[in-house]
Amino acid sequence: MEEQLSAIFARFRGTAGEVIPLLQKTQEELGFLPEEAMRRIGDFAGVPFSKVYGVATFYTMFRFTPVGKYHVCVCRGTACHVRGADQILEHVERELGISENETTGDGEFSLETVACIGCCALAPCITVNSDVHGRLTSKKASQVLKKARGAALKEEEDGK
Amino acid sequence: MEYVYCIIDGKKIESDKDRTILEVAQENGIQIPTLCHSDVLAPTGACRLCLVEVTGARTLMPSCATRIGDLPGERIVQTHSDKVRQARRIVLELLWSAHPNDCTLCEKSGACDLQKYSYEYNVDIEKYRSRDPYDFAPDYNNPYYVRDYNKCILCGRCIRACAELQGNYVLDFARRGFSTMVSTPMGAELMDANCVFCGNCVALCPTGALVEKERLGRGREWEFQKTHTTCPYCGCGCTFELCTKDNEIIKVDSSDARKNIVNRTALCVKGRFGLGFVNSADRLNHPLVRRVPKGEATGTLQDYERAPWNEVLDLVANRLLEIKAACGPDAIGGFSSARATNEENYLFQKMMRAAVGTNNVDHCARLCHASTVAGLAKAFGSGAMTNSIDEIIDSDCILVTGSNTTETHPIVSLEIKKAVSRGARLIVIEPRNIELCDIAEINLHQRPGTDVAWLNGMMHVIIEEGLEDREFMEERCENFDAVREAVKGYTPERVERITGIPADDLRRAARIYATAERATILYAMGITQHTSGTDNVLSVANLAMLCGQIGRRSTGVNPLRGQNNVQGACDMGALPNVYPGYQRVDDFSVQAKFEQAWGVKLDNKIGMTVTRMMEVAQGGTLKALYIMGENPMVTDPDISHVEKALRNLDFLVVQDIFPTETALLADVILPGVSFAEKTGTFTNTERRVQMVRQAIEPLGERRQDFQIICEVSRRLGYKMSYSDQAAVMKEIAKLTPSYGGISHKRLETEGGLQWPCTDSRHPGTAFLHSGGFVRGRGLFSPCEYRDPAELPDEAFPITLTTGRVLEHYHSGSMTRRSAPLNEHVPTAWVEISPDLAKNLGVKEGERVAVTSRRGRIETVARVTNKVNGDVIFIPFHFAEAAANRLTNPALDPVAQIPEYKVCAVRIDRV
Ligand code: SF4
Ligand code: SF4
Ligand code: SF4
Ligand code: FES
Ligand code: FES
Repeated sequence: MEEQLSAIFARFRGTAGEVIPLLQKTQEELGFLPEEAMRRIGDFAGVPFSKVYGVATFYTMFRFTPVGKYHVCVCRGTACHVRGADQILEHVERELGISENETTGDGEFSLETVACIGCCALAPCITVNSDVHGRLTSKKASQVLKKARGAALKEEEDGK
Repeated sequence: MEYVYCIIDGKKIESDKDRTILEVAQENGIQIPTLCHSDVLAPTGACRLCLVEVTGARTLMPSCATRIGDLPGERIVQTHSDKVRQARRIVLELLWSAHPNDCTLCEKSGACDLQKYSYEYNVDIEKYRSRDPYDFAPDYNNPYYVRDYNKCILCGRCIRACAELQGNYVLDFARRGFSTMVSTPMGAELMDANCVFCGNCVALCPTGALVEKERLGRGREWEFQKTHTTCPYCGCGCTFELCTKDNEIIKVDSSDARKNIVNRTALCVKGRFGLGFVNSADRLNHPLVRRVPKGEATGTLQDYERAPWNEVLDLVANRLLEIKAACGPDAIGGFSSARATNEENYLFQKMMRAAVGTNNVDHCARLCHASTVAGLAKAFGSGAMTNSIDEIIDSDCILVTGSNTTETHPIVSLEIKKAVSRGARLIVIEPRNIELCDIAEINLHQRPGTDVAWLNGMMHVIIEEGLEDREFMEERCENFDAVREAVKGYTPERVERITGIPADDLRRAARIYATAERATILYAMGITQHTSGTDNVLSVANLAMLCGQIGRRSTGVNPLRGQNNVQGACDMGALPNVYPGYQRVDDFSVQAKFEQAWGVKLDNKIGMTVTRMMEVAQGGTLKALYIMGENPMVTDPDISHVEKALRNLDFLVVQDIFPTETALLADVILPGVSFAEKTGTFTNTERRVQMVRQAIEPLGERRQDFQIICEVSRRLGYKMSYSDQAAVMKEIAKLTPSYGGISHKRLETEGGLQWPCTDSRHPGTAFLHSGGFVRGRGLFSPCEYRDPAELPDEAFPITLTTGRVLEHYHSGSMTRRSAPLNEHVPTAWVEISPDLAKNLGVKEGERVAVTSRRGRIETVARVTNKVNGDVIFIPFHFAEAAANRLTNPALDPVAQIPEYKVCAVRIDRV
């Protein structure tokens, strides 16, 4: 992380106004914003850590935990919303035991919500990595997750 | 300043155009409700409660953030029009959408701004009620205060208090929209988030979101009796209101910045959360007389029995008279107290001088700033801070040395931080990596005890580069040539070898200091507590005079005095060589003046210092000691020696509020009262005399200290009687030129007064030596570097330095009896650098023994970058691991101050 951060900082001047782009670049590089990285960004830009954290949490685009092996995006666009995205989200959260922008302890799943993913006809829908799953019900959502988990288990076994 | 007219609520007002509508309205008695605004914070215009209607403006305008000069047209403002009232009602109703309707049980009820305005605006609490209110778990995870963000209205005052007042940036808003909340980074616990528990956020929170833990369930706001008074801890001299109920301190309220001149709302953790000691069950309530002979003593209160005041006072007087008759008055000594009021100190030294007949009176200033008093009196003619705390912010160069200011003078450090954020250049010269190092431009770490060397080195550079202020020296100083000669040999390279400070860094520091417009030096015990203490102080004075950095606003030499009233105790003549106002006992005319005033023959022989009395007691020539409010068994160097000395006395009287380690060696213990039970004055480090006011009644048989002194004195055959401390101050003013214009009456109406304040119309003095030095010309004194008395060697290879920490004060007799402080920092430790720890094979948290030639203590290792190399640090507050068992009682030859800051020790794993 040290090196990656140094490389990023090299492209900036270190001013307070650069905090957001700094956070963006860092997330691009590291996939998420570790605590230490935000602290360092603060030192570099001359902004208190509390402020960096405040800014980072203000924008939904930032995440503070690494992305899981299966990254689940629940669509909250208008079409999906109308067709019950909230219930789907709640269901997925319960199923995975995490909330939005978090990652399961085993690092398998991470969860995020997004605006329209362009498959409104299939609403409500979610994506798991690059696969889109549409016309979801709670039951169907469970199946999708189960399948992913099964695949994960299988991979593990195959690996052995 | 440019003035313009405006019309507020029909009233035509002329005002500075840079002031805000809110300020101008308030000054003219027009009340505008506010939530996010505070007099001590920059306006943000966040809450919109202060909206006003301005003729010609498209929208309502926030009065807290709108300058009069920016108003359109004829600047016609309406603060309470229907439109405004309606808008305010909606603002409040929206706040109630998530706020729990909990006033019945809320601690803040009666002092909550949301509650107050909701009533005033007759809001409909249910109007926008969310079906999904906040559901935060209140945070109880620190000893000091509770955070219940269900009651947070997101005004941001806590965030700004932390950033702007405390300079600490622990908090900010996190998330957005309805989920916005105040948070530490990563939502960490306060204990892990760099919070110093100043509670300034608590003081400014308008609602019940932030509440002191100790007050929970102990009373409603309207039940409190409020008494404005001065903090009993450090020399900053913060003031606040003590909120009491049923004779107990419930909390302090510092929120009124106008009343609290020095601290303007801010306090440190001790002042805000550390006053529980006053109501501690441990307080002494009755006079006690030793019943178990010293040989068989248990060292507890069981060795004592109660006796009636009359008997005890007779006993004290009779024993003292016996000793005086047998061995002369000089066999008796008295330790007055930097904790006690000016009036009490005055009476104590008067009793010693007039009733006992000796000048053997001193107090713990001997152990902290005796070298300042001696050195600065010699150089300038006055041994006090030359400037005021609120001038620091306008200095453009601040040199801090021998002071861990953020922990020992918290409020002073806030001004330093503010100055730095405004562009002042900070130079820190300190053996340890103190918190101020983080914001300093230059950090130099000298070897402990090598201060004369680097000070001479700086002067060497300044003279070599021609940066000195010739004109200033010619006009206002003398004896410069001697110093020029003396510093010739101190090339930065040689200084580097002595001090460890890189030569080029020293050069840079010298240039910055010398070329600044308004440079100021702040120092404390790191300069004074050395065998070269007086030389260190003289060298600091030399440096300031050399550069003409003294005698103006924001520019001078500022010894930060430690205790609440150590300045006052010195001013009052609780010193063996001077009467009040530093009038010398060996000056014939002064002697005559006091003989006449007190109606008694006085001795013109200089008395013994604290340190000398301890020595002599061990030898047996000092027979009796009267100690008021001091605890040498923890605070004096080489405690084993102190203990021997005290045990060796024929008679020891201790007047205190707790059975301290020292009291438990006494023959007689007299229960005095704490700051909360008396009315008098303290003088803070910037020479500001302020009122201390009685808030609660003394329990049991505790007596006013001034009355105890008078009673003893009377029995010694010298009558003293005063109705109250105000009467004592009248006498002080008569005899002490610098206090000539000070009276309780004036202090009541005018707030604090800074001496010199010579007559009843004198406004007091913010900074000293303007135009000329008190002594006439400033005196340069050449000083040569001498090694500390004890250097590390093979047997004791490590250098120990000692000091205070933020959460505790001195012997801990007060702070360790205040629950939250004691819970937070319960016991001692030793700071060891990672390098040294590695060499010694010591790990974090491990128990180690630290041994010096004088003693041994066991404590816990903290491996930290706060210390460097082979220098270790131990806080001296903790009797069970008393750093002063180790310290060296070697004395400065002039001031007789001991070398607390350097001694040689060894560390062993246990
Ligand atoms: S107690 Fe002081 S340091 Fe801690 S959060 Fe509040 S203002 Fe900041
Ligand atoms: S905790 Fe108090 S001061 Fe801080 S934002 Fe909330 S209401 Fe305002
Ligand atoms: S200890 Fe000092 S800084 Fe802290 S509140 Fe008291 S006077 Fe102020
Ligand atoms: S709204 Fe969900 S895919 Fe368009
Ligand atoms: S008080 Fe003016 S906007 Fe809050």
